[in-house]
Amino acid sequence: MTMVATERAVTAGGASAAELRAEHLTVRFQGLAAISDVSLQVERHQVFGLIGPNGAGKTTLVNCLTGFQRPTEGRVLAGRTDTAGWSPTEFRRNGIARTFQAGRLFTDMTVVENAEVTGVSLGLSRRAARVQAMELLDWIGIADKADEHASILAYTDQRRLGIARALMLSPAFILLDEPAAGMSDAECEDLMVLVASIPTTFICGVLLIEHNMRVVMGISDRIHVLDGGRTLAEGTPGEIQRHEAVMAAYLGLEA
Amino acid sequence: MIGLLQNLIDALSLGSIYALTALGIGLLFGILRLINFAHGDFITIGAYALIVPSADVTARMLIGDFNIALMLPAIALIVIVAALLTDALVFRPLRRSSPPTLMIGSFAVSYIIQNAVLMMYGSRPKAINLWSDANTQVIIGDLRVPMLQVITLVVTLALMAGLSVFLKKSRYGVQMRAAAEDFRMAQYLGVRGNFVIGLAFAISGILASAVALLYVTQSGSLSHTMGVPLALFAFVAVVIGGMGSLVGAVVGGFLVGFIVTMLQAYLPPDLRAFRDAFAFAFVILVLLVRPAGLVPARNTVERV
Repeated sequence: MTMVATERAVTAGGASAAELRAEHLTVRFQGLAAISDVSLQVERHQVFGLIGPNGAGKTTLVNCLTGFQRPTEGRVLAGRTDTAGWSPTEFRRNGIARTFQAGRLFTDMTVVENAEVTGVSLGLSRRAARVQAMELLDWIGIADKADEHASILAYTDQRRLGIARALMLSPAFILLDEPAAGMSDAECEDLMVLVASIPTTFICGVLLIEHNMRVVMGISDRIHVLDGGRTLAEGTPGEIQRHEAVMAAYLGLEA
Repeated sequence: MIGLLQNLIDALSLGSIYALTALGIGLLFGILRLINFAHGDFITIGAYALIVPSADVTARMLIGDFNIALMLPAIALIVIVAALLTDALVFRPLRRSSPPTLMIGSFAVSYIIQNAVLMMYGSRPKAINLWSDANTQVIIGDLRVPMLQVITLVVTLALMAGLSVFLKKSRYGVQMRAAAEDFRMAQYLGVRGNFVIGLAFAISGILASAVALLYVTQSGSLSHTMGVPLALFAFVAVVIGGMGSLVGAVVGGFLVGFIVTMLQAYLPPDLRAFRDAFAFAFVILVLLVRPAGLVPARNTVERV
């Protein structure tokens, strides 16, 4: 893996909030709570794992942390700034980036253009955006496909491009919603080596939703467990592995 | 043989006009999901901007008398301002409306522009003499090619090449293409929605002003409804080409020009009056075979 991208990407700017914090978040859809009273804090030097069974509210939480979902109660803080009323774009401009489960690439554009769009629309010149985009594609291992149409990318490369696009303009936080979904174990582990390096390489905190337990335990500094929209536990990977309620939720054991 | 060649050149020239008009309509549809029937009236505005506003029968040149280096940008600017005003006053308030609502809005704009022209310039068509030198013919062997047709084709190709380079190479072009494919995603990534929409209106204004000048030179007359048939045929071209595809709009424009010219040339004289009926029947045939158009756009989803 090359690391040429690093220095320039880091100095390209970006937001400076030291942490991204959710305080007592609750989201209700027509009376049904998708998440209830969830609090957590992601820091810039961390990989923060977010796990839980399907329907636990993980994506809803990520939506709240990136402006795609307005919390019914509670608030989201970027550093000391209350983000109430911010649009998703404002979150992105303030250095809180995300990827999407569905990818949502621009399939009529080339791979490198997909990454460039974020750069030019947030103020870079076309040339500067291209330089940064190429560095990120190189870092994530798809530089050789830069001029291909995004529509012909293999599924795994689409996920990689989604991450590269989110890392444009050195965000302070990147929220990855199941970036390795659909990948083989080997591909998943390759990708997770890169994800694990994001905090040190880009000074960018990572919130990672991932189903592969072994992978999450392996690269996360802290792990937050959701179940039925509520916080079940939070701690280091070691603590979570010893946590009876978590193991019950995952393995179907009676606690 | 010469006859066929002559007809082909006519077809290319007419097709150019339709293709340029279709590009203006297609560009806005791509970004805004607006089928802008007022685009033809942008052309009308560009044409009437040449003359002194009055209800006199004979047209007196105003901007039309300027030096060409001043006149082209002046006409373009007037149409751009008209297009941007249309966006600001009509389509921006309708931003979150459905495509059918936007289309009805464009009909309203179309009527307002036509009636404004009617009030300022009167209802009678006016003769106008723009660049009559361009109607001289170049004779190649047995072939007589009006200079204007060559100019029309060259201008069209130049504008298409320019637009293509702009969309591919400039930082704004990348943003417009992103917005055309997935407006919400582009907006999330930082693309300013109103900005790229304004840009699309401005470019469609430039295209409309070019069509206005070419068309007026060719027809030698002005009328407050002159843009309507152009917009109609161009819309048909966009549909044939594939809604949301700019390449499709150009292909459709040339195809419609070809069909209309050939029908005009080869239909039995008794049937020529029904030329457009045959042309539209052909359109229906194309759509039966290729419902998404000749060059289908990948995703023609609705905007927010």
